[in-house]
Amino acid sequence: MKRKLEISELIFKIISYTLLTVFALCCLYPFVYAVSASISGRSAVEYGSIVLFPKDVQFDAFAQMFGNNMFWNAYSNTLFLTLYGTLWSMLTAILGAYALSKRRLLFRKFFNFFLVFTMWFSAGIVPQYLNYLATKKVFNAAGIMDEKWLVVIAMGMAAMNIILLRNAFEGVPSEIEEAAIVDGATEFQVLSTVYIPMSKSTIATVALFFAISRWNGYFWARQMISNSNEHPLQVFIRLQLEQYTDPEVMAGWSASFASDSMIYALIVCSIVPILIIYPFIQKYFAKGVNVGGVKE
Amino acid sequence: MKDRAADFLEFDREAQVYRLSPEQAVRDDVEKHYWRHVGLTVLKDWRLYLMLVPMLLVFLFWRYFPMYELLGCFKVSDDVVPVSQQLFSGFSYFKRLLLGGDDLSMQFWRALRNTFILSFYGLCFGFPIPIILALFFNEIRSNAARSVYQVLTYLPKFMSTVVMTSLVTMLVKQGSLTTGMGILNQALANLGLISGEVANAGLLNNPSFFRSIYQISGIWESAGYDSIVFFAAIIAISPTSYEAAQIDGADKWAQMRYVVLPSILSTIVIMLITRIGSLLNIGYEKVLLLYNANTYVTADVVSTLANRVGMGNNPIPGVAAAAEMMNNVIGMLLVIGANTIARKASNTSLY
Repeated sequence: MKRKLEISELIFKIISYTLLTVFALCCLYPFVYAVSASISGRSAVEYGSIVLFPKDVQFDAFAQMFGNNMFWNAYSNTLFLTLYGTLWSMLTAILGAYALSKRRLLFRKFFNFFLVFTMWFSAGIVPQYLNYLATKKVFNAAGIMDEKWLVVIAMGMAAMNIILLRNAFEGVPSEIEEAAIVDGATEFQVLSTVYIPMSKSTIATVALFFAISRWNGYFWARQMISNSNEHPLQVFIRLQLEQYTDPEVMAGWSASFASDSMIYALIVCSIVPILIIYPFIQKYFAKGVNVGGVKE
Repeated sequence: MKDRAADFLEFDREAQVYRLSPEQAVRDDVEKHYWRHVGLTVLKDWRLYLMLVPMLLVFLFWRYFPMYELLGCFKVSDDVVPVSQQLFSGFSYFKRLLLGGDDLSMQFWRALRNTFILSFYGLCFGFPIPIILALFFNEIRSNAARSVYQVLTYLPKFMSTVVMTSLVTMLVKQGSLTTGMGILNQALANLGLISGEVANAGLLNNPSFFRSIYQISGIWESAGYDSIVFFAAIIAISPTSYEAAQIDGADKWAQMRYVVLPSILSTIVIMLITRIGSLLNIGYEKVLLLYNANTYVTADVVSTLANRVGMGNNPIPGVAAAAEMMNNVIGMLLVIGANTIARKASNTSLY
């Protein structure tokens, strides 16, 4: 009986190590290939002779991209949208979640339902699009011509994130709040000196979720921002991909590197900053998933 | 609730009469002048209610106003008349989509079918794989080795949809052997799994490959990340449970069946509800970025159809909105249904 246990354990261990190794390598391979293809010579890329390591190393694709003003423009636009968008989302979410976490709030059930309903039912992209067009007119009438601000204010509200914050605030012991109120703290002071410091890690997680959705935002940024100087990075990458995989462009290609290398270089450049901050944000990421189970 | 007089009447010994208790008097007053009391409470606590305002406005403007816009689907004709004057005067767009018999109606049914198929395959393949991965992670006793595996498998999750689809597009790109065919077509053609012409045409231009590409890239992107929550549930199992099972003679398989599975069942149920809830809400962004006119047959989903019909050239917003509305209503019924079943069956619910 003991033997049977050991054998089954060993078999399972071997299977798990093998499959995990295969899966992890499959996850990694496209990135390695992208890096290799972005710095390989033209003929090596076009004849498909790169398997893992680069051949005839060149950095012309990167040089051309770094020399492109549009690229830096796109990067700064993405930073703008991510920074201000996250700030705006966090401001509204923290204030709203704090109010919702209070039992004394009148119509609390209704407000909760108001949020949760948007998780169940969405109007769909066409009504949303028409609505954005309408709000754009309102914004223009108010003198805000910059479409980036419309994206910042209108996008990126997720009911789920607000519920995560609300649950964290509900977990703060009420004695501390009462003590602060006895000391004469106003509502805003209670929030900023008691609640926010006491739910720091959930706030970090939610801010991360907002920031990621802003950084990755593509569809609405493309629909709402008509000026190509204001396109964020994701839109820029997509437009470049559409341009460089066009057969006509490829037929007339005369640079020293393959047109594919341009795209791979762009992909590498968009992933590298995330890889740099990844070790710092990883723990919040993992935590956020675990607080995902919500009960009411 | 006022079933007993003793609950709200107090006997006044001096006057020898029954009087209304003071609390009940307040309660009666609140009932009578309900909105005045609401106003006073809000006024007294105005800071708290002020905090709620920005969030409510954002949701009202960009989540609920579009729903109002949706009511335009019930218009009788395409005449440009304010939505409010045309409310509930007909179902012409729905009729046209469901029973039209024309090209648009055909496309709608195709898109609805594709939506169901894509999400069903996603549920079949995308859901179990993270659980299996979590079981495998649990087998690795060394923390350092496990971290390496986890970091590698989470990695694709950190790409945006655009970068991920760009990478996929490049890997299966069209072309000949001398003009930069995607490395994956090349590999598959060399292995003899696909013919040379198919490889040259590019896998994304071939309708029969779209679903596989969509699912495989989905698993590549998120299986590792989705396994976090299951892994957290598995490591929370006390080692004594395994020891007890081992003493009873349970081999690895029996331990899985009788120790691990029951312990992570509630997590599985919660994740399944979330999954079913977003079943029809499949990532239109990803489809939009991967499909093209050649693959509409298998790739076109309701959201992308709505995007083409409602926002492209010669837009027909009403029809597009009606198509999406049907999709989203079915989605909503699915999430509420899944939640109710889960609550009844295992006392685990999401909302």
